[in-house]
This record gives sequence, C-alpha cells and structure tokens, in this order.
Amino acid sequence: MPEPVILLVEDNPDDEALTLRALKKNNIRNEVVVARDGREALDYLFGEGMYESRDVRVKPQVILLDLKLPKLDGFEVLRAMRGNEHTRLLPVVILTSSNEERDRINGYGLGANSYIRKPVEFGEFIEAVKQLGLYWLILNQNAPAAA
Amino acid sequence: MRLPNQKLARNVTLINLLVSAAALSLACAAFVGYDQISFRRGMVNELSVRAQIIASNSVSALLFNDAASARSTLSALRASPDVIWAGICTVQGKSFALYERMRTDRIPELPAIPPGHMESHVFSSGDIVLARAIAFRGRLLGIVYVESDLSVLAQRRKEYAGIALAVLLASMVAALLVSWLFAKSVADPIVGLAALARDVTQNKDYSVRAVPTGRNDEVALLIGAFNEMLEQIEQRDRALREAHHELERRVDERTAQLTHANKELESFSYSVSHDLRAPLRSIDGFSQALLEDYDAQIDASGKDYLRRIRASAQRMGMLIDDLLNLARVSRATIQKEKVDATALAESIVVDLRRAQPGRDVDFRIEKGMEAWADPGLLRIVLDNLLNNAWKFTSKRDHGSIEFGFRRENGGPACYFVRDNGAGFDPKYADRLFGAFQRLHAMTDFAGTGIGLATVQRIVSRHGGSVWAESAVGQGAVFYFTL
Ligand SMILES: Nc1ncnc2c1ncn2[C@@H]1O[C@H](COP(=O)(O)OP(=O)(O)OP(=O)(O)O)[C@@H](O)[C@H]1O
Ligand SMILES: [Mg+2]
Repeated sequence: MPEPVILLVEDNPDDEALTLRALKKNNIRNEVVVARDGREALDYLFGEGMYESRDVRVKPQVILLDLKLPKLDGFEVLRAMRGNEHTRLLPVVILTSSNEERDRINGYGLGANSYIRKPVEFGEFIEAVKQLGLYWLILNQNAPAAA
Repeated sequence: MRLPNQKLARNVTLINLLVSAAALSLACAAFVGYDQISFRRGMVNELSVRAQIIASNSVSALLFNDAASARSTLSALRASPDVIWAGICTVQGKSFALYERMRTDRIPELPAIPPGHMESHVFSSGDIVLARAIAFRGRLLGIVYVESDLSVLAQRRKEYAGIALAVLLASMVAALLVSWLFAKSVADPIVGLAALARDVTQNKDYSVRAVPTGRNDEVALLIGAFNEMLEQIEQRDRALREAHHELERRVDERTAQLTHANKELESFSYSVSHDLRAPLRSIDGFSQALLEDYDAQIDASGKDYLRRIRASAQRMGMLIDDLLNLARVSRATIQKEKVDATALAESIVVDLRRAQPGRDVDFRIEKGMEAWADPGLLRIVLDNLLNNAWKFTSKRDHGSIEFGFRRENGGPACYFVRDNGAGFDPKYADRLFGAFQRLHAMTDFAGTGIGLATVQRIVSRHGGSVWAESAVGQGAVFYFTL
C-alpha cells in the first residue's frame, strides 16, 4: 500500500515551497499533490479535467486548504467537498494567513476539521506543520471509506 | 356631544329664572304690603268720616234723648255695603241706638277711646271697629261705634296675588326666551370651542379651526385667540417635525456613511490580514532557508544581515497584527453588562505572576469594584494597563501596583492603575495614546506601542476617557472612566 497522499491547495508558489520545506524538515515523506486554485483541487478530488483518468477511490489522507484562491476560493472548495458523497468525510485543515474571526467561523461552519494560521516566523511554521502531520497523518483514524 | 352645551345653557336658564323670580316676588310682596297698609289707612279714614257724620247728626238725638232719630241716622249706613254693624251709646255706657246689616244680635269687640282723643279703632281678623266720641260744646254726649268688614281687603289681596302670579309666569317665559337667545349667541360658540379644545388635546390635530361667529364680541375674540393659538402650535409643530425629519435624514445619512466606512475598513482589514503577511512569510522563511542551506557559503556578517532581515519581517508581522487588532476593537459591537472589575483584574494578575514568577511585586486591588462595560473589551483595557504597570516596574527591586476607583461628587466612576515604576515625562502624556507611540527605548522596555491606543479606543467607545499622570522615575497613574 502506497503512502497516503497529502493534497495541498495553495496558489502562492513561495508558500508552496515553504510548506513543502516544512514538511520535509519534519520528515513527512508522503506524496504531496499541489492544486494551485480551487477548481484544480475539486478536479483532483472528483476526477475531472486534468485528473479525468485518476482513480478517485484513492483519497488524500488530509487536505491543506488555503482560503484566498483564484477561481474558487477555499470556502467554495470546502462547500463542494462537503456536499459530495465521496469527499464529505475527508479531513480538511484550513491553512491560511488570516486569523479573522469570520474566516474561522465560516471555515468551521462549513465543516473544516482544523484551522491553522500560518505564522510569519518560519520556526513556528515548522512547529505547526509538525503538529499537523503528527495528528492527521499518524494519530487520526479517518472515517471508513464507504460508510 | 350635546351634553355640555345643555349643561351650560341649562345653568344660564336656571340662573335667569331664579333671579327674575326672586326679584319679581320681592317686588310683588313689597307692592302688596304697601297697598294693604295704605288701603287700611284709607278704610280707617273713610270709616272715621262716616263716624263723624253720624256723631254730628246724632248730637240733637242724644240731647233730646230721641232714640228713633238716632236709629234713622244710623240706618243711612245701609248705603255703605261694607258697614255691617253700628251703634251709639250714652256717656253712661248704655246702648242708645243700633244698626245691623243682618240681624245677628252680636256685639263686636269695642275699642276704648284713650283720654284726650276723640277716636280709636281696632282690627280683628275679619273686620275693623272704629269708636268716635260724640261731643257738643266740649261736653261728651256719647260714643258712636262703626264696624266694617274687611272682605274688600281680602278680595284686593287675592286680586293682587293673581296679578303677581301672572306677571311672574310672564317673566319666566321672558327669562326662558332670553336664555335661549343667550345659548344661541354665547353658549353655543363657547361650547363648540370647548368641544374643539377637547378634540385637539385628544387627537393632537392642530389643523382644525373654530368657526367664527361673525360678530364682534368677546366670544369672537376668544375664538380668534384660540384659532391664533392653534395656528402657532401647528406652525411650531410643523417646524419641529421638519427639524426632526431633517435630523433623522442626517442620522440615516451618517449611519449609511459610517456603515460604508466600517465595511471598507473591514474589507481593508481583511485583505491586509490575508495579503500583507504572505510576503513577510517568504522573507522570513527564505532567509531561514539561506541560513540553513548555505551555512558554509555565508560569512558572519552575512548571517547577521539575514537575522536582521528576519527580525524585521517578524516585527512587521507583529505590527500588522497589532494594527488589525486595533481596527477590530474599533469595529467591535459593544455589549455592556455588569462586570466584576475586581475579579477581572485579579485573574490578569494571576497570569502576570505565572509568566514571570520570580518578581517581587505587591498588588493592591480594591474589593467589590463593579463596572458597566463590555466584559471582553474591559478585559483588554485592564490587561494593557496592568501589563504596562508590570512591565515598567520591572527594574524596581520591589514593585507596587494598585488598581482602585473613586467617585467624585456624583461624577462618573473613575478607575485608576498606579505603579511605582519608571514613569515618563508628563510633557508627552497625550502622545502615549497614539498608535505605535512609545516613550521608552525598545532596549529598555519591549513593546510595539499599540496597548494604550487600544485602551483609548475602547474607553472612548464606552463614552469615557483615559488620561495619565507621571514624572520620570516617579511611577505613573493611568485614570479612565467608562
Ligand atoms: N505604567 C507606565 N509607566 C511608564 N510609562 C508607561 C506606562 N505605561 C505606558 N507607558 C509609556 O507609554 C508608551 C505606550 O504604551 P503602550 O502600552 O501603548 O505600548 P507598549 O507597552 O510600549 O507596547 P505594547 O503595549 O503595544 O506591547 C510606553 O511605551 C511607555 O513609554
Ligand atoms: Mg503596553
């Protein structure tokens, strides 16, 4: 069985590079699929567009979701996921710059499992990614695939 | 609706009737009384004349003891229907001659003539009896008595009463007529006015007017004045309403502007929150990557520069957060409730002591302080002030911090936080409350300088104010009201 996949939804290449670096620093070796906007993320999850040939039964272990995204933003991705039979139980961690109250309320309201604010200090970011990996990739038991 | 009208008119009618009846009754009574008295006097005179005639005609009959002649003299009285009885008696008191209109053999009560008088009379219930001395050359010969009945008098009284009654009735009718005229000309307009006044007070409708009577009297004056008053009230009312509308319009306008500004501030904050921090993360993250991955290639001063870059990026991150928090405080909706300020301060002190356990600081917090404020925002205020006191006493061997309140003659409760720390130059006391304004060097006391700016916004949003007193090295006192 292959290592479970992490889906990183992130439009900023710098943030993408830093997140990958933080994962590497924490020895998290799972494959990371990067979607650069909301549309791409949904295509990956639903096996559409450029991911048409993908086996959608292979589901990511966790989805790291930015909020400000081109085309469809993070909330719309979340809403579409939660509305779909196959993706409604996937763990979603919102990983974003803001700590605006309404973002947190919206995020949790739409069924996010966790909300993490990306800190400016890179050391803190590594620490946050470590916690995240420990919990979502090792400790957490996902819901059964076909309930 | 017609009731008050009838009341006023009825009252006026009643008064009219009473007054005219009383006046007439009095007048009639006086007139009848006077007439009765003068009529009686006339009767006595008439009777006296008859008695004198009889007296002089019966002198010779008495002198010559001729009773028959005396009787015939008396019988001449038959011509006077009111005389019912007459008699002559001698000086010795013996009956000499008698006359009776109808035989009854009755002798009326006879008056005595007082000495020195020639005549006297007596009234009894139904009649009058007059006595007259009969004298001849100074010698008393006898007395003649004449009795007349008073039925004429009673008759006269009856007639008068009838006339008085008729006059009274006529005058009542006249009074009623006058009242009716009065009601038409005075009461009706006044009653109408009263009804209108009541309508106006009930319905607050100042556009109605009383109908003028078209005459030139006090009632017309009253109606005119009333209408004038209504006119003025209506005008004032209208002006007030217009001012009110204008004010409301302006408030709406301002509210709309404010809501708009708030929305803009919010979306500005939102995009700052999202977009301004991302580049800082890159600066910090890649500087760190350089330090880690190219450790060997970069010399000591290069590494120092990279560390400075990182420190600045991190500081800017903090500044952005501080600014966003400040903006959030300005936007937050305030929900005031009763807050236990003492307990709030005590819990903050617990946090402070836990963060720096080694310090020797003496806290004095007044018991039972209550505040009417938004609990979350009041916490931010106390957190900042107590944190400052804690921070600026850090160079004292023994710190002393006090949180209390005082109320000066009925004014609002004034809270204060006092410390014995570094203090500041009072010249700059006002500047402290500006964002990022600091009076101490970062190297002496760390901080961004947003704390007091936040405090001021919260306090002013509660309708209160904040100010400070201090001198360098003397500690500081921060006062605030809510
Ligand atoms: N208790 C105090 N004693 C002396 N100076 C004070 C005291 N409180 C505030 N100040 C002065 O006012 C300045 C502004 O205070 P403020 O709380 O706004 O900022 P700060 O404490 O420096 O930083 P921050 O609170 O944002 O971490 C301080 O830098 C200090 O110079
Ligand atoms: Mg402060």
